[in-house]
Amino acid sequence: MKKSPNQALGLSIIPGLGQFYNGQKLKAGLFFGAFLIFVVEMIFFGWSALTGLITLGTVPMEDHSMFLMVKGTLQLLILVIFIMFYVLNLRDARQTAKQINEGHKIPVSFSEMRESLGTNGFPYLLTMPAYLLMIFTIILPVLVTLFMAFTNYDFNHIPPAQLIDWNGLENFKNMFFLSTYRATFGAVFSWTLIWTMCATTLQIVLGIFVAVVAHQDFIKFKRIFGIIFLLPWAVPAFVTILSFSNIFNDSAGAINVQVIPFLNHIFFTHIPSIDWMTDPFWTKVALIMIQGWLGFPYIYVLVTGILQSISDDLYEAATIDGATALQKFNNITLPAIFSVAAPTFVTQYTFNFNNFSIIYLFNNGGPGDVGGGAGNSDILISWIYKLTTNTTPQYGLASAVTIIISAIVIGVSLLVFKKTNAFKMEG
Amino acid sequence: MAEKIHTKGKSSIKRSRFIKYFLTYLFMLLLSLVIIYPLLITVMTAFKNSDVVAFTLSFQGPWTLKNFQDLFMTTLYGKWYWNTLVISVATMVIQVAVVTLAGYTYSRYSFAGKKWSLTFFLVVQMVPTMAALTAFYVLGMLLNGLDHYWFLTLIYIGGGIPMNTWLMKGYFDTVPYDFDESAKLDGAGNFTIFWKIVMPLVKPMIAVQALWAFMGPFGDFMTARYLLREESNLTVAVGLQQFISDPKDQQVALFAAGAILIALPICALFFYLQKYFVTGLTAGGAKG
Repeated sequence: MKKSPNQALGLSIIPGLGQFYNGQKLKAGLFFGAFLIFVVEMIFFGWSALTGLITLGTVPMEDHSMFLMVKGTLQLLILVIFIMFYVLNLRDARQTAKQINEGHKIPVSFSEMRESLGTNGFPYLLTMPAYLLMIFTIILPVLVTLFMAFTNYDFNHIPPAQLIDWNGLENFKNMFFLSTYRATFGAVFSWTLIWTMCATTLQIVLGIFVAVVAHQDFIKFKRIFGIIFLLPWAVPAFVTILSFSNIFNDSAGAINVQVIPFLNHIFFTHIPSIDWMTDPFWTKVALIMIQGWLGFPYIYVLVTGILQSISDDLYEAATIDGATALQKFNNITLPAIFSVAAPTFVTQYTFNFNNFSIIYLFNNGGPGDVGGGAGNSDILISWIYKLTTNTTPQYGLASAVTIIISAIVIGVSLLVFKKTNAFKMEG
Repeated sequence: MAEKIHTKGKSSIKRSRFIKYFLTYLFMLLLSLVIIYPLLITVMTAFKNSDVVAFTLSFQGPWTLKNFQDLFMTTLYGKWYWNTLVISVATMVIQVAVVTLAGYTYSRYSFAGKKWSLTFFLVVQMVPTMAALTAFYVLGMLLNGLDHYWFLTLIYIGGGIPMNTWLMKGYFDTVPYDFDESAKLDGAGNFTIFWKIVMPLVKPMIAVQALWAFMGPFGDFMTARYLLREESNLTVAVGLQQFISDPKDQQVALFAAGAILIALPICALFFYLQKYFVTGLTAGGAKG
């Protein structure tokens, strides 16, 4: 019997009816059931959750604005999932009607449906746990943060004692136009950029250099050197960073007590002790050096793998053509490295842009103060942390900074990934 | 005359080769020194008297194991270590299972929304964890998850999913599809192909994923610090920092002993699995 795809589509405005029209009674029941559950959920929980998200509560002590925001956001997600289901329902009714007309056999009974689900639904079934976990631990919290950026959530508005209100772009305005925050944002942001550029470039250049030097054929004890060069990666970073913060201690650390006197002794120089922890400049220098130490092994391993995959023929041909070592490096080695490792390099830059651990653990963002609660070596991410953990937390402002950071990181990464054509979307 | 030039050329080649050898080894030795020196300081300090102040390399005794004893007798270190182990193992088991299933699916099946959701994974993993920290806190209050391990564990698992799914998919892609096809011809079902044919071939990557998932909670400072409040509930990273966080009362020897007990097992695992993740890294990295 011929079915009209458009009529199936039209009936599916109420989920299930279109499927019923197509003769799939069981599926119709399931779809209609899902629809009913959503309607009931909407009446008893969803509607109030959504209005709660709009008002953020009306009675202090009774309404907890942040809880209302979380519940409302969750309801938004449920709504989105329902809309996706709804569209699927419309498409399904239409497609099935078409398939019937083309003479395809469609699953009707329970066992037929189970079989069909086994092949078509298998991918969704397998990825379901990943999606569920991501919704609760990434998507929901990130959305809540996004909403927080447009509220006045701060130390004057701590729920449930006080209510939180939407305040539009106020936080963003404050960041760019309120003189104290603008100065802080400017100082922190420019150091964040310098830090990202210097530290990451250092670790990449060092990593490539070490890989190329250690790759030479004549070197003995390659295995031992290989293990030593991997140590900074193998030891958990927070352990080494904390150790380094002791080593760079102004009065008792190894650098001032042992290394500098030792160097003075050999080279007959008179370098004085350096105020690593109290002079902003030297803290920054130390941070960049330590990140070079911590980060180069990863690049070294990656580049070594690439070097092993370059054919010797290329180098031999170049030698016959009279190329110098430098020419060979520039024209064979480097392009090979970049063609493979460019995306990894980008992730290293974005990683350091948000490298909270090293800044916080080495000198707690200090020394000193550049206003707005930020220290001299604070980068944006550690400033946010301070904004939310100090005695006068500014959650709204912190969320606004977070959004700016995320936008920068995602924008730059996507741009580069697209340019280098990494992360190909095949199949 | 001609012979003279020849020998002269030879010796200059010899000399330049000597310089090359010399500089190469000098560089590698210096670098090794720079790497080992700070690590050795920490190791040595762990065996010094607990009243040691200077954080320097010295081979002078007296040597003692008292720091390790103190760690477990007078501080909560043992409890912190146990907490971290529980969280790490739970994170590892669940995350590896979830990511393996998802990575397999993305590698082997085509389905509506695949490309779209893969891009979504890629974007999501760029959002810094910090972005969600306050939201985690509120969520924790709402669900009564603050100071509870299940909440922190869930966050660790979820946070690792997008990137690791990408890596896992990349590795599954290196297993030829012919294997699946021939198994299917032999009448193997979806599950058999997955479990008996493909899984054994991706064991190296699974080992790597397990290591990273396991190491995560040991290395994370920020989230644990924010969501765990009770002293006895801390993870080992947060606890260890407390030994030296007070500038006036830094217990460097105690810190060093605690640091070694964390670093040793992780280093051992790292080098044990090293060859796997080096291949995983280049295979995944090359493909993206």
